Amino acid sequence: MNFDELFGNFPALTITGLEQGAIYALVALGYTLVYGVLRLINFAHSEVFMVGTFTALWTWEALGHNQNTPAPAFGPLIVAVLAGLAVAMVASASTAVVVELVAYRPLRRRNAPPLAFLITAIGASFVLSESFGIGTERAPFGMPDMIPQKTVFTLFGADVTNLQLLILGVTLIMMISLDQFVNRSRLGRGIRAVAQDADTAALMGVNKNRVILLVFILGGLMAGVAALLWDIRFGFTKFNVGFLIGLKAFSAAVLGGIGNLRGALLGGLLLGVVENYASGLFGGDWKDFTGFVLLIVLLMFRPTGLLGESLGRARA
Amino acid sequence: MTATSDKKSRTAAFRTRWDAMPKQVRWVGLAALVVFLYILPNRWFYEYLGFPIGSDYFAFYTTRSDFATVLFDTSVFVLLAVGLNVVVGFAGLLDLGYFGFYAVGAYTVALLTSPESRLGTNWPWLAAVPVAIAVAMISGVILGGPTLRLRGDYLAIVTLGFAEMIRLYAARNEGIAQGQRGIPQIPHPPGTGSDGHPLFGVESSKPYYWLILTVIIVIIFAMRNLVNSRVGRAWVAIREDEDAAEIMGVPTFKYKLWAFAIGAAVGGLTGAIFAGKQTFINSDSFLLENSILVLAAVILGGAGNIKGAIAGGAITWYLPEWLRGVGDLIGVEFDAAEYRILVFGLVVIVMMIFRPQGLVPNRRRAAEFADRRKEVVPQETVPNE
Repeated sequence: MNFDELFGNFPALTITGLEQGAIYALVALGYTLVYGVLRLINFAHSEVFMVGTFTALWTWEALGHNQNTPAPAFGPLIVAVLAGLAVAMVASASTAVVVELVAYRPLRRRNAPPLAFLITAIGASFVLSESFGIGTERAPFGMPDMIPQKTVFTLFGADVTNLQLLILGVTLIMMISLDQFVNRSRLGRGIRAVAQDADTAALMGVNKNRVILLVFILGGLMAGVAALLWDIRFGFTKFNVGFLIGLKAFSAAVLGGIGNLRGALLGGLLLGVVENYASGLFGGDWKDFTGFVLLIVLLMFRPTGLLGESLGRARA
Repeated sequence: MTATSDKKSRTAAFRTRWDAMPKQVRWVGLAALVVFLYILPNRWFYEYLGFPIGSDYFAFYTTRSDFATVLFDTSVFVLLAVGLNVVVGFAGLLDLGYFGFYAVGAYTVALLTSPESRLGTNWPWLAAVPVAIAVAMISGVILGGPTLRLRGDYLAIVTLGFAEMIRLYAARNEGIAQGQRGIPQIPHPPGTGSDGHPLFGVESSKPYYWLILTVIIVIIFAMRNLVNSRVGRAWVAIREDEDAAEIMGVPTFKYKLWAFAIGAAVGGLTGAIFAGKQTFINSDSFLLENSILVLAAVILGGAGNIKGAIAGGAITWYLPEWLRGVGDLIGVEFDAAEYRILVFGLVVIVMMIFRPQGLVPNRRRAAEFADRRKEVVPQETVPNE
């Protein structure tokens, strides 16, 4: 146990923790939305994120950026980032939709037991990651250095970089827009209605299948944003990159209260920070264990998460 | 449609005829099957039958890959499928980290027995096996305790995480599992043959195959009795309707935990046998992807049916090996193992949609699926707009 490391770098660990936690939170939104409406852990969501990281990379390569080119100037950078964002979001959302249409909808039509959904979910996850694994020969891919890290200002002795501000800023914007969408718009009301009581919502004229599709699209879009931020920040991807992120994002969703959008944000940020403290305290090797241990402990003492679950009742 | 119903009636007819036979005949039939399985890896058997030895005859007794090794690997898989079947098939719980328990069993044996292990206990193999089973069982209880009280779907992700954590821990070079370097010199199972040589050596996989085959047979008998006991009936009740079971006085949490622990124990036992044959394990021996293969085996064969689990396990492991043999025969370099997880991931999806009861269904479970299908909420079938 290295308390000096923890307390000496407390502000720095907190800030990097928030940065990583923001990405977990964006992915966690996908789990939470689907769980809130369908009561289903969408295991394939980690692969939705993985598809986003690859498609953003391919977009950049198509635009002429690769590992050997220098960081682009401002104009081309904006073009590249926006193009990558658009492509990643569309690709992730389409993947999520394909999974819903191919793997889950036929089961709903047959009124399959919950176990069957979980089994196809894990099947879909492995099919996606393996097809990328075979297609990319299981190699890790480096990214072009799009935005070089530089320190913008110092806070309590910790350097705050431009990327950290970008990631936190984007996450907050996405989070607020999603929250407003679900809580204010007509479609959002449909989502909340189906989450509360699917059969009654259907009687009131809500098209259940369309709402479910919408939920998958929203989750996919968020995963696409997370994928782009991941690409910019961590600069590599691999066919199984989604696995650990997915596991942590799910832990984050449960931590905040699965089915609760604000809970996903809180859980994600909290997990990122706690994970960084743990790596300061026990060493970097143990970082990935934190989320899992936290999940088990949480399920023992507060299985409904910090903010309580339910998409329908979270400030309806 | 007629084809399937025709086939169904034919298998049903065979079953009825088999059940109607005198008990002695059935015993003889089973004994013949067991004897056949025991002589399967012997070279003289194929020579006697007139197979062209040495050509890659459908990956039967081939020169390139030792058939006894293939049989051993397949049997490992069958045993895993039989163990997972208790959890997924009987109790209806989804355990996605089944390979984690297998790893726990193998590492426990390795740590306790190997002279290279940092524990330095140097136990003989046989003494370490019960400990491996117990440790796997305990880790199952630790995982299941907090999660089984809640919803079953949390169990799925917790077990998935567990298998990954085991692998991450094993991959650390400083830890007792020694990462990629692994643990070598795990002793073989004990025993001396009539010629004075050790029974279990490195030259032949045959004794290991016979060992695991014997274990499988014992486990199958134990499982059959368990399923027809009070415990088995409780599992079926929980699988069909947990709330109803609880109201009827079945302590659901207790029996779910039992199912989970028994499944974990079988996984640990399999790992112990694997470690005894392999003599070396490292963090690459337990890829998480294999968890999906075991699950696919159970689903493909028919969850809830021991015969189904055996058939599924055998198909999932043997088919890619066989295809490799066929590829060699017709001169195609085709590594089916590379596509194994992709293909069986697809198989899982397709099976769940079109034949959720599996190839060799459990009758009651097939009826459950058919019932649910009839209860479809009408609005789902009404076309939109």
